[in-house]
Amino acid sequence: MTGTGRLGISGLQISFGSRQVVSIEELRLGHAEILGLAGESGSGKSMTTLAILGLAHTVGASVSGSITLDGQELAALPQERLREIRGRRIAAIFQSSATAFNPVYRVGTVVTKALRLHGASKSDAADQAAEAMRQVLLSPDLMRRYPSQLSGGQLQRVAIALAVALRAEILLADEPTSALDVTVQAEVLDLLRDLRESVGMSILFISHDLAVVAELCDRVAVMRHGLIVEQGPASRVLAAPAHPYTAELLESVPTLASPL
Amino acid sequence: MIESPAVRPPRTGVARGRELRASLGANPLLTVGGALVLLIVLVAIFAPLIAPFPGDAGTATNPFAVLKAPSAAHWFGTDQVGRDIASRVLFGARVSPVIAIIVLVIACLIGVPLGLAAGFLGGWVDEVIMRVTDVFLAFPPLLLALALADVLPASLTSVTIAIAAVWWPWYVRLIRGQAASVAGRPYVEACRALGISRGRIIFRHVLPNSVTPVLVQVSLDVGGVILTASALSFLGLGAQDPVPDWGLMVAQGEGYFTPDWWLVTFPGLAILLTAFAFNLLGDGLRDRLDPRRSFLP
Amino acid sequence: MTAGGDLPAGRDLPEAQPLLRISDLTVRFGPVRAVNGVSLAVAAGPFGLGLVGESGSGKSTIGRTILRLVRSSGGSITFAGSDVGSLRGAALKAYRRDVQIVFQDPDNSLDPRMRIGATIGEVLRAHHVVPRGAITERVGALIAEAGLDPEFAQRYPHQMSGGQRQRVAIARALSVQPRLLVLDEPTSALDVRSQAQILKLIARLRSEHNLSYLLITHNFGVVSELCEQTAVLYLGKIAEIGTTHVLLRAPAHPYTVALRSAVPEVTVAGRRSRIVLPGDPPDATSPPSGCVFHTRCPLAVARCRTEVPLLREAGPAHQVACHRAEDVLAGAEMPTHRRPAAVERREASASELP
Repeated sequence: MTGTGRLGISGLQISFGSRQVVSIEELRLGHAEILGLAGESGSGKSMTTLAILGLAHTVGASVSGSITLDGQELAALPQERLREIRGRRIAAIFQSSATAFNPVYRVGTVVTKALRLHGASKSDAADQAAEAMRQVLLSPDLMRRYPSQLSGGQLQRVAIALAVALRAEILLADEPTSALDVTVQAEVLDLLRDLRESVGMSILFISHDLAVVAELCDRVAVMRHGLIVEQGPASRVLAAPAHPYTAELLESVPTLASPL
Repeated sequence: MIESPAVRPPRTGVARGRELRASLGANPLLTVGGALVLLIVLVAIFAPLIAPFPGDAGTATNPFAVLKAPSAAHWFGTDQVGRDIASRVLFGARVSPVIAIIVLVIACLIGVPLGLAAGFLGGWVDEVIMRVTDVFLAFPPLLLALALADVLPASLTSVTIAIAAVWWPWYVRLIRGQAASVAGRPYVEACRALGISRGRIIFRHVLPNSVTPVLVQVSLDVGGVILTASALSFLGLGAQDPVPDWGLMVAQGEGYFTPDWWLVTFPGLAILLTAFAFNLLGDGLRDRLDPRRSFLP
Repeated sequence: MTAGGDLPAGRDLPEAQPLLRISDLTVRFGPVRAVNGVSLAVAAGPFGLGLVGESGSGKSTIGRTILRLVRSSGGSITFAGSDVGSLRGAALKAYRRDVQIVFQDPDNSLDPRMRIGATIGEVLRAHHVVPRGAITERVGALIAEAGLDPEFAQRYPHQMSGGQRQRVAIARALSVQPRLLVLDEPTSALDVRSQAQILKLIARLRSEHNLSYLLITHNFGVVSELCEQTAVLYLGKIAEIGTTHVLLRAPAHPYTVALRSAVPEVTVAGRRSRIVLPGDPPDATSPPSGCVFHTRCPLAVARCRTEVPLLREAGPAHQVACHRAEDVLAGAEMPTHRRPAAVERREASASELP
């Protein structure tokens, strides 16, 4: 890793023309920290991810404000510089990895190609890819498979392997487990936790499921209509929410202890 | 806990009028295409009143005004037997577009139900229909039309039948894919679960959701049919002189193209304009028919 | 039958005359046995049976087979005494008034080209539920009952949110006044607040209409609130079936234990260590020999590889298909995921709370 993975967002505003969809005053992701961004669909959490990656313009949104990576301002960087950072220092995984992979390429090719794109030699790329696969608890043999031959959970892990192989400091995970079975989801969450422990990766974990956020995240920020209504340590926010919306979200989580 | 809709649709007459004007403005394709098609229809209806020399569309000839270039008296010039081309072009609006529409309607009436049945029912019905369609598609369209037209007495009706017989297989194939895809969608499965009859499912759910590609293709095909008809007329199998079929006019005027360019150009432009108008209309209709595209600004 | 909002606790497995009885059902898709010898019973309302399982468990297939959307390859389904598989014509249509389904995907279960009111009206018309003139009114009432303003009747599906669309799907299913409702993952595609609202709606409708339902889900939390009984499915077979709160408190099958432990919980105190299930679910085209779960079971022994466990009594109204059920009930150790330092870090900060 080239940096410490500290992400700072300040005064971030994302708009579609005159319609503002996100307005974040302050959001910080520390080194080797897992920050949960919780909110429902339409709360602006996905747009925030795109803005961090410098890709908001691809959907027609305009961004203003400051986004810093290790103190370096990202918002003003030209696309060529951002391309070096995307994937390499800030990686992203999304809800449906099944459709995120090009079906005509073997999954291993995707990983090795990405490595070579960021400067690795052919043999190094192969080795690093295999190593990354092992780190996500997948056999390197699976690299020869096509996306259609892998399950949703496996594909999501390959997506994480991609981030690991590139030694990304920060992983933006946008609802990565929402489409997975509950046991597979638990494994992916374990994997994310392990990555934080072993390589010090910082993770911005976006989800509408507060229970998942509670299990995984150190700190939580709750978003609603583009604003952060509450943020703080997960144990505090989820045990004693200060904002009524957070309380509402918590109440909506079905618990196993409900009386019948 | 009742949820109320956030936006209410306009109720008053004034608001409705504004809505209509907005919808027209928001879909220029439909507006312009529709206007052009309307123009062609009006020309066809009022041709006898607008044309300067209505008789020229029929059997009248004028040996003293043969091959005259466009002028004040004859805006589009005259043809090889002295007939006013402008009048013939105007009257042609009664012929060529009408043939095209009749052909396409017949092709749809045959092709769409077959395609729907093949796509929705699947199984052996699908196999039989598609194999028969394949056979028809294997013939070069013009050859098949030629063969048919040859058997039938040379006339506009024969040409219409011949081209329709060749055109329908394309629509079967086109709609079958869509119908098969729609038939597998959850809302169609939901209809089955709800006990809605198969016939109603096909006509009320599968058809509206599958027909858009056909509509677009039909609009694109108008020009194609007119040209195919003109090829047959050229070969003497379709319209016969003095019927002012645009295609026939192009075919007949081709030999005179240098230096008397106007015999071919104006009927040719009429074909172009008609094809263009229907293309725009088709595009506009497709956009308009998709309920996901809000036509409110 | 109890009225009111509270669900009765601990009903016995319906024996005498269940509303729906599934006996030894098998459903094959080519070489794959999606459902492999499943027997279930749903009592008359109000009653909820939960079907819990992950992808490939066959739970959705069971729901769709009940609705006659899929053909069974063996076994039988009986509704109010009649064999469902042999229904034809008018009898089949009448069955479709008694048994209805709400699908998982709210985005695609409504015709995008029809207004909501027309979609619901179509069903009313097809079954002659009310005379023609009364259709609009009934549609309005149904929409209102599902918690939406009757004005929504004029809307198209894409003008509504996922939660609202799911309410319409429920209103549509209830328009024929069914006695049994199959809910196939009704909340999986929704946001957490919409999920809670839909579950509340189902609970309310249950008590208002004396409804019986089969709730298919992968989330244990959902069944604990709405179902008296639950069956856990794995690769087309029932692993365990019984009263829901017994399954949750004292499960007898290792898969149930693992499934329960995998459900994320908000409160740190309530969190258990997660049971590790190695590998991925097996390929349905070549299922493992003996007990289908043995390849991933932390308690598997030699017998599990060779002998298929049959469903047997594990307690009152509680059946399990496992050779080692006694050990599970006695609290056998299952390898858990090591809890990393991070959790301790969080728990340390939790202890800072007053």
